[in-house]
Parts: sequence; C-alpha cells; structure tokens
Amino acid sequence: MTGPDYLSALLLLAGALFFLAGTLGLLRFPDVYTRLHALTKADNVGLGLIVLGLALQSGSWLVAGKLVLIWLLVLLAGASVAHLIARGARQRGIPEWRR
Amino acid sequence: MNLLQTGFDGLLALGLIWLAWRALACPDLFRGIVLFIAFGLLMALAWVRLEAPDVALAEAAIGAGLTGALLLAALARLNRTAAAQTLPREAWRSGPALLLVLAGAGLGLAVLSLIPEPAGLQAQVAAELGRSGVSNPVTAVLLNFRGYDTLLELLVLLLALLAAWSLDADPPRREAPAGAVLDMLLRLLLPVLVLAAAYLLWAGAHAPGGAFQAGAVLGAAGVLALLAGWRLQPHLTGTPLRLAVTIGPGGFLLVAWAFAAGRPAAAGISAGTRRRSDPADRDPGHPVHRRHPGSAVPGLAARRR
Repeated sequence: MTGPDYLSALLLLAGALFFLAGTLGLLRFPDVYTRLHALTKADNVGLGLIVLGLALQSGSWLVAGKLVLIWLLVLLAGASVAHLIARGARQRGIPEWRR
Repeated sequence: MNLLQTGFDGLLALGLIWLAWRALACPDLFRGIVLFIAFGLLMALAWVRLEAPDVALAEAAIGAGLTGALLLAALARLNRTAAAQTLPREAWRSGPALLLVLAGAGLGLAVLSLIPEPAGLQAQVAAELGRSGVSNPVTAVLLNFRGYDTLLELLVLLLALLAAWSLDADPPRREAPAGAVLDMLLRLLLPVLVLAAAYLLWAGAHAPGGAFQAGAVLGAAGVLALLAGWRLQPHLTGTPLRLAVTIGPGGFLLVAWAFAAGRPAAAGISAGTRRRSDPADRDPGHPVHRRHPGSAVPGLAARRR
C-alpha cells in the first residue's frame, strides 16, 4: 500500500463510521426531527468521505468527477427531502421531543 | 475475499426475502410502499452481483424509482380516511398459501434443473453484433434484432394513454402548495434528469443503458413534476401534446411503411423471421433499426419494461 491507498482507506473508514453513527441515530433517536438530523449527517458527510476515498482509487479524473457529481446530487436531494419530511411532520403537528 | 462476497450475497438474499415478506405482511400501506422501494433498491444490487447491469439499471429506475413514486401518488389520492386506516390482519389462508408453496417449489426445481451454462442465443447475437450498429448486445437485441417488437410497443403505450385520458379527463390538482424548496429542487433536478436520460440513451449503444432505462428516468422526472403540482400550460395540453405523443409511433410507422414499400420482398414478413429471411434486407444502418429510440416518446417507453 502506498500513501494514497492509506489516505483512501482512512477516508473510507471515516465515511463508514459516519454511516454507522447515522444509522444508530436513525434507530435510537427519540423523534422524527432528531432522526433526520442523524440521517443527514450520514448522507452528506459520510457519503462525501466515501466518494473522496473512492475517487482517490479511481485513477481517472473522469470517474472521480462522476463520483463527485453523484455526491452533489445526493446532497441536493438529501437536504431537500429532509426539509420536506420535517415540514410534513410539523404540518401534522408532531411535537418535538423534550426531555 | 471469496468468503466476504459469499457473505454479502447471503445477506443480500436474506434481506430481499425479509423485505418482500415485510412489504406484503405489513398492515400499514405507507410503510409497505417504503419497504417495496427498499426491496427494489436491494434487487438492483442483486442484479449487479449477478453481473446484469442493464437489468440493475432498469430495476433501480423502474422497480424502485418509478413504481415507488406511482404507488406513493396513488396512496396520496386515496381517500384520506381510507389511507389512514390500516388493513385488517387477514387470517392465514391455507389454499393460496399451499398454491404459493407449490409454485415456489416448482420454480426452485426448474432453476435447479437448468444447465449451468446455457448456450442460449448469445453466440448468434455475438455473430451478428457487427451488423447491428451498436456494440452492446442487450441494446442490439432490443432495438435492432427485435426492433419492430420493441418500437411497436409505443403503440401499446399510446393505447394505454388513450384509455387513461378517456377515464380521467381532468387530472387532480395538488391539494397543498409544494413549497419553495420542492420547487427549487425540481428546477435544479429536472434538467439534470433530462440530461441523464439522454446520456443513458446514448450510452446504451456501447454500454449498459438504453431506451428503457432512459425512458424510466424521464418518466420519473414527469412523475416528480406531477407530484410537485407542476402542470403543462393550458395552451400546450391540446393539440401540441397530442402531436407530441403520436409523432414517435407515427414516424416509426411511416418509416416502416416507406421501407416496406421500397422493398416489396420485405413487406409482409413478420418481425420475428425478418432478419433471417432476406439477406439483402439486413442493413443495420437503415433508419428503421437506428432512428427511433430517439424520436419516439421515451417517457412513455418507461411504462413498460
């Protein structure tokens, strides 16, 4: 393994950690708003780290560009859908969790 | 490495069965639809593992995306009280269950009795691939070797559209305003979806992709726009829309007719036997084989896999 390999392994592991944490939050957090919070972290940062790690391994600018494009699309869709779900929940009067 | 792959495949298979069971057994309709979409995505992954990327693309776009969106739209249109009600838990019915078990066992036996490496038509397809004008065998079969079959499906779709229009002349208005975020998302996303569909169509000539997948993406874009409450301008819904949906099949029929009239030998030979019957007729560059995936209405082609 060379330097870039170590770097992409690190990025992939960090991304996987974010997905693990996001999934845990989705399963364990108490209400829809906090769950969305956990989920968007996994989608945005976790996928970003994984895309970076894979782009380092791709060895071609074209493939790396496509991967980054996928990430940008997921950012756009993820953020909008999280907003829509939260908005729908508020419109239905689902209260925020309080300790 | 091999162990890892086997483990992954095993998890995938178990996950598929579990999701299918949950989607069917779950009494809440909304939850059932979400499970169905998740099932479609895992199914696409399974097709990738089976090295069938064409089918995987179609499954992701049609099975998970388009069908999921249509199911959600249908759920939204259901009576609110009906949608809020959960389905009653049905008692276990032994008759259908027995039938299902028998059918499943028969399918399993059929799969087990298959020869490991079926020859199929792959050799013939490979031999004729050079004449087809494309280098992707799946596209060659769909749009070239059985081009009449595929492209005349447009007429079936046109008939379906006619039926839908005569049943439901006035599409429902959206109930709640979509909101600025959804509008903005669509403004950004729709051009990308159109571009992605064009890319899939173009890439289908030499790589996984093609008219069905492109049509599915376009169709999903249309469903998304409808869900957000976007409608065609009234001055576009009359004659221009009708012209747009008939121009593909019409153009195809026109070219086919001109082709048949120009070569009497080819007229009256059915699509299935055509390519084998007349060597002079095997011109892959002819417009009948090549032009129509683009000019046909791809959004409609999506509705049928």
